[in-house]
Amino acid sequence: MKIGFRTLILAAGAFALSSMASGTAFAQGKVFKWANDGDVNSMDPYARNETFLLSFLNNVYEGLVRRDGNLKLEPSLATSWKLATPTTWEFKLRQGVKFHDGTPFVADDVVFSINRANAGASNMKGYFVSMKEIRKVDEQTVVLETKYPDPLMVDKLAQIFIMSKAWAEKNNATGVADLTKPDESNFATRNANGTGPFKLQSREPDVKTVLVKNAAWWDKMPGNIDVAEFNRIANAATRTAALRSGEVHFVYTVPPQDEDALSKDPNTKVVAGRETRVVYLGFDQERNELLKSNVKGKNPFKDVRVRKAFMAAIDVEAMKRTIMRGQSFPTALMVGQGINGYFKELDVRPKLDVEGAKKLLADAGYPQGFEVGMDCPNDRYVQDEAICKAVVSMLARINVKVNLNAQTRAKYFAEILRKPDYSPGNTSFFMLGWSPASTYDAHNVLEQLIQTPSAATKKGGFNPGGYSNKKVDELSDKIEQETDKAKRDAMLKEAQKIHLDEVGHIPLHQQAVVWAMRKNVDVVQRADNVFPLMYVKMK
Amino acid sequence: MLAFIIRRLFQGIIVMLAVGLVAFSLFNFVGDPINSLVGIDTPLDEREKLREQLGLNDPFPIQFGRFVLNGVQGNFGLSYRMSEPVMRVIGSRLPATVELSLVAAIIALVLGVGMGVFTGLYPRAALSRIFLTVSLIGVSLPTFLTGILLILVFAVWLGVLPSFGRGDVVSFGAWTSGFFTSTGLRALILPAVTLGLFQLTLIMRLVRSEMLEVMRTDYIKFARARGLTDRAINFGHALKNTLVPVITITGLQLGAIIAFSIITETVFSWPGMGQLFIQSVQSVDIPVMATYLVLIALFFVVINLCVDLLYYAVDPRLRFDGSKGGH
Repeated sequence: MKIGFRTLILAAGAFALSSMASGTAFAQGKVFKWANDGDVNSMDPYARNETFLLSFLNNVYEGLVRRDGNLKLEPSLATSWKLATPTTWEFKLRQGVKFHDGTPFVADDVVFSINRANAGASNMKGYFVSMKEIRKVDEQTVVLETKYPDPLMVDKLAQIFIMSKAWAEKNNATGVADLTKPDESNFATRNANGTGPFKLQSREPDVKTVLVKNAAWWDKMPGNIDVAEFNRIANAATRTAALRSGEVHFVYTVPPQDEDALSKDPNTKVVAGRETRVVYLGFDQERNELLKSNVKGKNPFKDVRVRKAFMAAIDVEAMKRTIMRGQSFPTALMVGQGINGYFKELDVRPKLDVEGAKKLLADAGYPQGFEVGMDCPNDRYVQDEAICKAVVSMLARINVKVNLNAQTRAKYFAEILRKPDYSPGNTSFFMLGWSPASTYDAHNVLEQLIQTPSAATKKGGFNPGGYSNKKVDELSDKIEQETDKAKRDAMLKEAQKIHLDEVGHIPLHQQAVVWAMRKNVDVVQRADNVFPLMYVKMK
Repeated sequence: MLAFIIRRLFQGIIVMLAVGLVAFSLFNFVGDPINSLVGIDTPLDEREKLREQLGLNDPFPIQFGRFVLNGVQGNFGLSYRMSEPVMRVIGSRLPATVELSLVAAIIALVLGVGMGVFTGLYPRAALSRIFLTVSLIGVSLPTFLTGILLILVFAVWLGVLPSFGRGDVVSFGAWTSGFFTSTGLRALILPAVTLGLFQLTLIMRLVRSEMLEVMRTDYIKFARARGLTDRAINFGHALKNTLVPVITITGLQLGAIIAFSIITETVFSWPGMGQLFIQSVQSVDIPVMATYLVLIALFFVVINLCVDLLYYAVDPRLRFDGSKGGH
């Protein structure tokens, strides 16, 4: 019995030693460890159209084009592209590129990938609304034809990563994992085979995902790390502790309350910059009587004076000072700086003017103010609930009593988003944030948030309050197909001017991208909160 | 005896069904899973199609019935969040939770009994007072605070132990273990102490009071009169008689340890089932939540069954009653 136990321990020890040896074999060179509060939900680049997933997988997979540190497009798997006819985009493909498994990158992979992204359970189908077909011309050329001129097609393709057709077919992953078919577990959910600067070494969902440098990458890596180990640390305090103790070198989501401590710590630093996302307030301007208000028989938000009064009463600078700890960039526009179609000259907020606001309300017929319910998320945007609470007290100064209902995102969005038939969401006054992350262009904002909602045109899907202006609709539809940049920009400006004058929404601020890291780490921070590992330098 | 086990297993199935039913009726209130399934700019009609395909528009008795029907066949579906089979997701977390709970229970039992005996035998010793004072902290501090404090001291200030994760693991087939690597063992210390602290203090106080009680009894006096050694009296007679309630409590607390591990796992980013459950709630991952809850119900049923069977083994009166066919 005793001998048996001792042998067991010895055997286990020997086993552990051998497995440790194999475990450390890859951990050579510069190992960069980083953490985030949530995991990448899938290794499949079309599984979820969300920033963090695309940001992470862009280290492994690449698109035909990519964005540099300043969000400008640059060649990636395509070396050049041109508009052959107004509806035909032609791409010349990079030659001699190999996938991580050694198969060469060919035109068929592009055609396969784009069709895969536009079919089945893919969440990327929205990118291809204008696409008619994609086809191979020869080994070096593919052509993408659109139904109508789409000036943003190339911008969209920066988010569509190219997979290997042979690899997908071999592993039975020609489609995206379909939740309605639970018997088909999908190989691409757990594995990845791209052309990018890093290869997927190992993956434990929700725990750790390890990438290693791809020595055979076609481009030169600006950074110097060899291994990137991604950990998920959900608890904010633990994440900060792990950074301060040096167990991780970088944290992606920094808890606002720890920013100060981390920038004062001699071993860590905080890098913050303007994020493209704009956080704003919206009104129900569609119903004839508000769902959540004591005003009966009419809708006060249909009156522009009421909306103007709200705008004038909300002090975004105070919000920035107190709630956002300086980490916000107040704005008057629904389109953030850093996005094509942002116009600095338009970005002027009306002055804070409580008395003026009261007068506007009185003129509109509400000298005693009124009561309205407000919907707000409490786990979606930086300090979202605190911002809403501030709005409540700021509006109290003009005698508007706001009844706040802040809830978790899963419940919040179900409440306020428009219904599948495009009927309005169950809200009277709400907060949202938006970044046109599919195109990096203001048209996306017009189309989704500002155009008149309609099941027929499929526009305005994320316009819960139903702001509607015919002229803006017209302009937006023209912009969609206008390929002349000067004309297009002029229309973008005009549409935003109208929206601004009518106070269609109340933009509050662009929140900040806040990253924290050890002092010996240097990164390139992108305004879209995308974190490319290829720029990471460790001393 | 066999009839008893079968009866209990049958009751167990009813308990699991009831838990599943309650769980499903609650899922109506946790929010819309679609929002965590797709990117924000997914068109409304596409969302609706997905909702329809996943059967989320069906009334909850139908959803529940479907879950039971598939579950009986061993098919618990795909996790909404991770698009992987639920059983694989939960199976990969199970070892982490089991190992953590086991170590926490052992720490609680060994230290708790040891300290309990000491404080029971020497109630006036300075060390006993220290133990008792410290145990107050264990009882009164919430788990997440203890965890964060330990991280601050041992990971951030002293830098000797890791603050998160499970270290390197060795896999034996489907089971992964952190017992066989130095990083795995080091990573285990803080969470296990955090998780076991409450139970430790509970057991210590229980053993102490039982010891104080037993030491006053006649048979201890008699044992002394017989001239037995202190050691034989303290451990052979006194401790043995205090252990019956301790075993009962330990059995009951095993369930509590698994339940409390949700908090400990979240604080230490321990990749176990508790953390999985929390994240599934946040992202409204209904298949994982439902399966987890039913599984935990199964755990409790099995633990209770084992405790009942232990009573049979320990208490002859129960056996006697059982053979007569009813109690």
